Amino acid sequence: MSLDIKTIGTAARRHTYANVARRIGGDKPASRYQEATFDMQASVNFHYKPLWDERFELHDKARTAIVMNDWYALLDPRQFYYGTYTQSRAKLSEQFDRSCGFVEKLGALDALPSPWREMLCEYLLPLRHYEWGANMNNCRITDEGYGTAITQATMYATMDRLGLAQMISRIGLLVDGNTGDRLAQAKQRWMDDAFWQPMRRLVEDTLVVSDWFELLLAQDFVMDGLVYPLWFTDFDERGRTHDATAMTLLGEAFLEWFADTSRWIDAVLKVAAAESDANRALLSRWFVDWRLRAVDAVAPLADEVLDAGGEAAVTRAIERLNRRAVAVGLTV
Amino acid sequence: MASNVSITLQNNDDARGIIEAIVADNPGAQVADYPSMVKIDVAGRLVVNRVSVEERIGRAWDVQELQLTLVSMSGSVDEDDDHFILEWRK
Repeated sequence: MSLDIKTIGTAARRHTYANVARRIGGDKPASRYQEATFDMQASVNFHYKPLWDERFELHDKARTAIVMNDWYALLDPRQFYYGTYTQSRAKLSEQFDRSCGFVEKLGALDALPSPWREMLCEYLLPLRHYEWGANMNNCRITDEGYGTAITQATMYATMDRLGLAQMISRIGLLVDGNTGDRLAQAKQRWMDDAFWQPMRRLVEDTLVVSDWFELLLAQDFVMDGLVYPLWFTDFDERGRTHDATAMTLLGEAFLEWFADTSRWIDAVLKVAAAESDANRALLSRWFVDWRLRAVDAVAPLADEVLDAGGEAAVTRAIERLNRRAVAVGLTV
Repeated sequence: MASNVSITLQNNDDARGIIEAIVADNPGAQVADYPSMVKIDVAGRLVVNRVSVEERIGRAWDVQELQLTLVSMSGSVDEDDDHFILEWRK
């Protein structure tokens, strides 16, 4: 006797939502990212204009000078929706946790020769206030931006920046034995030290930029694009010549985050610049303006940490940033 | 005539990018949808490229992650860091 096992397939009536099907070219299974992103934001039938700015609707494309035919073209290449985002960041934070535990066990930061320990506290710990500014900025972009494709990613960036500030604080606590003295001192440095003031001024000025897309480019592309490579590559290399290898271990998570986020912001700018010559010209102008200002803000810190090597390091950082800008289609 | 090699993957969000990559990289791939799995037949040789999968899922992908959604396969396996190949050796 032969036994023939057959399955009876029941065809699904539809594979995804109609709005998603329209965007991905027909009814086929869509990814969770696509289903959790496309057309999520309300786009019509706003009954009341917001009291805080009655020139615009609650969600309004006119809040930025950048013009997009479809705001859902600004997709996130990392395909982050809540699930994938939290998984990815849990991994990053576990890795940082382990590094912290290891550094603490070895007492590697206690053993750091004291002049460089002071330097580390001077250049790194006040950066948590820069991160706070980046958190505020991304939060405002999320508030005023148009379309879930961009506002979803900027909300994740908002949370990232709080996380990064906490990671910097954790390093401060490793240095001061959990008393918090170093963090209080870092706040004073942020407020008073001469070489931090241009940076503080830059951060405070970005808090009142009126165009959200300009702010996105200024914060997530230009400022981060100079700060991260300098702080976690150049400054760190100098630290290693002063036996601060432990900091390299702790810096890995920051560099990983930066590589991840650069991939996203580069993709967003590339699509926006490719949309029209007007967009490209405007983005290029913003880029040049903010690069000029950001360079003025990082230069005194690079000089303080790297002495004579500061200028060369800043030049290299500008070159790297320019290469990225050219790759996404901007004129530098 | 070369006989078919085949791979069967779960029909879920994790496998979708892999399935799309296989269909794109293997002309003539026959895709059969079942209630919870997808069987792909290709004459002679089937290749899964890491780069193609990564393009579709938007993150780094280890070829060994294929095992997480793999139901069944037929053919001899040649696996390294960049690809997973099924074929019948002479």
